[in-house]
Amino acid sequence: MGFFTDTSVCIGCKACEVACKEWNQIPMQVKGFTGHSLDNTIDLGANSWRHVAFIEQKLPVDATENGGDLIAAAARGGAATDSNLQIQEGDGFRWLMASDVCKHCTDAACLEVCPTGALFRTEFGTVVVQEDICNGCGYCVPACPFGVLDRREDDGRVWKCTLCYDRLKDDKEPACAQACPTNSIQFGELGELRERAEHRLRQLQTAGQERAQLYLADEEDGVGGAGAFFLLLDDPEVYGLPPDPVDTVSDLGSIWAATAAAALALGAGIAATVFGGRR
Amino acid sequence: MNAEDIRSYHGQQVIKDPVWTWEIPCYFFTGGLAGASAGLAYVAELRGNEILGRRAWALSLVGIGVSPALLVSDLGRPERFLNMLRMFKPTSPMSVGSWILSGSGAATTLAAVNAWTGMFRRAAGPARPAAALLGLPLSTYTAALLANTAVPVWHEARRSLPFVFGAGAALSAGAAAVAVTPPEYAAAARRLALAGALAEGTANELMRKALGEDGEPYRRGAPSQLDHVSRASVLAGAALLARRGKSSRTAAVFSSALLLTGALAARWSVFKAGFQSAADPKYTIGPQRRRIEQGLRRGGARAVASADDGALQVLQNDDAPDQAGASQRTDVEVS
Repeated sequence: MGFFTDTSVCIGCKACEVACKEWNQIPMQVKGFTGHSLDNTIDLGANSWRHVAFIEQKLPVDATENGGDLIAAAARGGAATDSNLQIQEGDGFRWLMASDVCKHCTDAACLEVCPTGALFRTEFGTVVVQEDICNGCGYCVPACPFGVLDRREDDGRVWKCTLCYDRLKDDKEPACAQACPTNSIQFGELGELRERAEHRLRQLQTAGQERAQLYLADEEDGVGGAGAFFLLLDDPEVYGLPPDPVDTVSDLGSIWAATAAAALALGAGIAATVFGGRR
Repeated sequence: MNAEDIRSYHGQQVIKDPVWTWEIPCYFFTGGLAGASAGLAYVAELRGNEILGRRAWALSLVGIGVSPALLVSDLGRPERFLNMLRMFKPTSPMSVGSWILSGSGAATTLAAVNAWTGMFRRAAGPARPAAALLGLPLSTYTAALLANTAVPVWHEARRSLPFVFGAGAALSAGAAAVAVTPPEYAAAARRLALAGALAEGTANELMRKALGEDGEPYRRGAPSQLDHVSRASVLAGAALLARRGKSSRTAAVFSSALLLTGALAARWSVFKAGFQSAADPKYTIGPQRRRIEQGLRRGGARAVASADDGALQVLQNDDAPDQAGASQRTDVEVS
């Protein structure tokens, strides 16, 4: 089970952030006025498990880059009366919004590096921290390629989205998905969600959204596909997402090999220096 | 790809800063000191240099005594430190390290107490080689711990960082032994310190070379300053040790202090470079974009070949997907 977040219909209402805070009783975290568009949450962390990103883009007006479109619009009855022009892009300005969340990776670095086993995979395929086991070692924090996890300062433990583990066990959908008024956040079975996402992607591309792309919908990517994937209208980094996230543990073989080789070299070095000269 | 071409979300960092504080670089130093000292103690005893051996065991005991205290103090919930031994996880260098440290701590304690008091004679027999053997991975696993993260400057140095840490451990153990051992018995320790200094400098240089432009966090700010301190101290300490270490105990102690400062500063430089590398989105996004452009990785995103007309028809949902299976989808008609 997982999330498909269709950012093309996100209206930036932050109902998901509020519903998540309410349901999971997440402490307040005031970052003040950031000046980054309407975003005063800024990132995911111990006290923000949903985060709505706001990106203001001034795109070149189509007349300069793609004159054909303006002409086509004019042919349909003129720019002034074409309702599409008022929606987003007609004035060369567009506002991207996207609700970000823990990706619940198939190959989840946080879970793999957790030394206590506090992070585990649930029966729903999601990744959850057991708060009664986490000792706040903090290893998962820099291990996550998305910067999702963080330690809660006055608490000492690590917190993140549970994909509403408690609600799933009661056959309810996660609070954010239920609260989303435009169905930008959709909850369901991943295979079905992916089909829906493919369909939506084709639709947007046909409509000329050239940079529209699915993010983390592919099991061949660096994290083995994710339990929360996205339809983006621009490159991932524009939304604060890494373009090529990789589960660090996929390189563990070379890491352990180098570590063992270095240990052997150290042993050989000690033996050589002690025996290789005057006592 | 040039740094200025990299797009980001309001300049915000992509990955999180590690939450680790000063205890962790200190532990990298004390753990390496303890591990390599155990190795030095055992091999020195094999060579018949009991005086050096006993002192190195004591140093190892000090290092391994301080280390758990540092680690526990860094935990968000220190009272739960025993959860570290709840399981053994090869995918977690921290888990593996906890077991290495536990085993190494027990073996080193037995060996050191026996070397100084003669107690635990039977147990010390196997404990000595065990402490020496466990001391080797104890000195290098901390590099695996850093490398096994998403922090670019640590992860990309995964093949060289263990050698930097291993060499630093040799340097620390040799230097510390030089300070507490009479010069006439410390020849092996002096050689270890000098060889360690040379090896660490070389390994460090190779690591930076391998990192290339991704090693930029090492070249500015705190990591760079710490690196200068480290190089200067090690160079001065090594020169002093080589020239006067044999004849003057004072010079030996002084050079040891310089070398140990250098080794600690080197660990700290690596630690700080990780923070600098995490804090700027260009260090995370740049190399990933490059990989995608070079076709080395698929990337997280995928787009099908697109049509390039009709750019103005965003959000036109006249071709909405079949709603049968979609429980609560309510498409907003905007056109």
